[in-house]
Amino acid sequence: MRKLLNTLYVSSQGSYLQKEGETVVVEREKQRVLQLPIHTIGGIVCFGNVLCSPFLLGFCAERDVSVSFLSEHGRFLASVRGPVSGNVLLRRRQYRMADDDESTRRIASQVISGKLANCRIVMNRTIRDHAAKVDALALKAASEAIDRIIDRIPRAKSSDEIRGFEGQAAAEYFKVLNHLIIEQKNDFIFTERNRRPPLDEVNALLSFMYTLLAHDVRSALETVGLDPAVGFLHRDRPGRPGLALDIMEEFRPVIADRLVLSLINRRQITKKGFSKAANGAVTMDDATRKTVLTEYQSRKQDTVYHPYIEETVPIGLLFFIQANLMAHHIRGDIDGYPPFFWR
Amino acid sequence: MYSEDNLIPISALQHVLFCERQYALIHLEQIWEENQFTAEGKVLHERVDAEHHESRRLFRQEYGMAVRSLEQGLIGKCDLVELWYTDGGGVKRVSPVEFKRGREKESDVDRIQLCAQALCLEEMFKTAIESGQLYYLQEHRRVDVILGGELREKTQNLTERIRAIQQAGKTPAAEYEMRKCDRCSLVDICMPKTSGTASKKVDRFIQTQLRLMKNGDGENEEAS
Repeated sequence: MRKLLNTLYVSSQGSYLQKEGETVVVEREKQRVLQLPIHTIGGIVCFGNVLCSPFLLGFCAERDVSVSFLSEHGRFLASVRGPVSGNVLLRRRQYRMADDDESTRRIASQVISGKLANCRIVMNRTIRDHAAKVDALALKAASEAIDRIIDRIPRAKSSDEIRGFEGQAAAEYFKVLNHLIIEQKNDFIFTERNRRPPLDEVNALLSFMYTLLAHDVRSALETVGLDPAVGFLHRDRPGRPGLALDIMEEFRPVIADRLVLSLINRRQITKKGFSKAANGAVTMDDATRKTVLTEYQSRKQDTVYHPYIEETVPIGLLFFIQANLMAHHIRGDIDGYPPFFWR
Repeated sequence: MYSEDNLIPISALQHVLFCERQYALIHLEQIWEENQFTAEGKVLHERVDAEHHESRRLFRQEYGMAVRSLEQGLIGKCDLVELWYTDGGGVKRVSPVEFKRGREKESDVDRIQLCAQALCLEEMFKTAIESGQLYYLQEHRRVDVILGGELREKTQNLTERIRAIQQAGKTPAAEYEMRKCDRCSLVDICMPKTSGTASKKVDRFIQTQLRLMKNGDGENEEAS
């Protein structure tokens, strides 16, 4: 399997990144703090006031290393990419399929089947392992409600109907997400999903994780030559990476949500690491952000069994594998999009 | 006659001969993965690719010569072209030399590549080329290759095959062949075991996974 490359996250304000030979050099206050060979890096994510030399950006584009700029708090600003590469014929087929109702409905239903199954796995594991500590009845009810939605997916007549199912399932899931928090229950309380801005610590963590996930999925799609902007479940909207969001669905519960829950449940982060602005917006401090990033990096090294390709692979490679499977389906190599099922 | 923007790279001949899907992934899908074999080849070629020449009075060696044939519709680069001149300054004989990392192979792949280069050189120098040479690095020896009718025909047929795939614009389906696939640098992208002829029905896969989830919720993983 392809080598698992690391993402370089630069969150120290005022950092300057430049190219030196075949390496990336990170400087802070004119001091060299890090130097990495380009072939060990899969992507660079800059938070806030981080500068990159144009030569480094060109070098990254040439080597397929994605570079994204996020605000200090993790809101996506822009990404830099080189000349569009990959197969123009493949992209044309992607657009044609996205315009076709039947193809769109099928892919949307496959994506959502994966997502809902993975949501259930997260809930069911908690019921199994912490039955005494949680409201197992509420979790079980939500899990079963989602199961009934899963059964209805194959009969959906349009992709709008599937978007409706997704909405209902998300409501069931977020209704009980708070029950998955086992430790620090008074400090971390989740009542509903809000994003702009996040109004509590859990939402701030979820939003941040989803941004990281979107970056990784998006660059995987660009690597295989697909257009991340044109999705099936997510309709086109300028500036929105629709296909990246589609493929992200199946990863949200098992990678992002689980990571957030375990950071809280293992007390790796505390309420002290967050601050609340006058308008209610909650943001995390640098140390907390660093903990999340480090933990995400280390999660990506863990391995997991992929039931479709029947191989055990590092979690960090899943984005690339799923992007590749989507390309295979669009190219006509396989008769559908097999989502990733967590086992 | 082909136009300048409709030429097939000579390197494509090796790819299509090895595997039609590999050719399509590299040349249609524009995917390129480095592995040990391709990296070693690149290091070797960095030495010879840089255009330079060495010459004596009636003999000249040109390294990294760009060549093309509008008649065959081919374009490429020769590792080395050896040229013999007449006293009057005319070209007496032209011979391509291709450098190879490994040993001499059973298959025609190296000979075909050399033949394609020769076809280009014939057009560019307006001369007939009867033979060329392959230099095998591991064996440190040059092997003469006679550019006979059969080899020329094979080369042209292969070029035509490439044009057909190009025009169809469709990447051929994968067929898993252990001996080939396991040493192919594109195996992770091609996924020959899970796509093409051996592909599983995706809807059936999804139904199986959903059933497994309902019955066991995956017993083999610790929760966090």
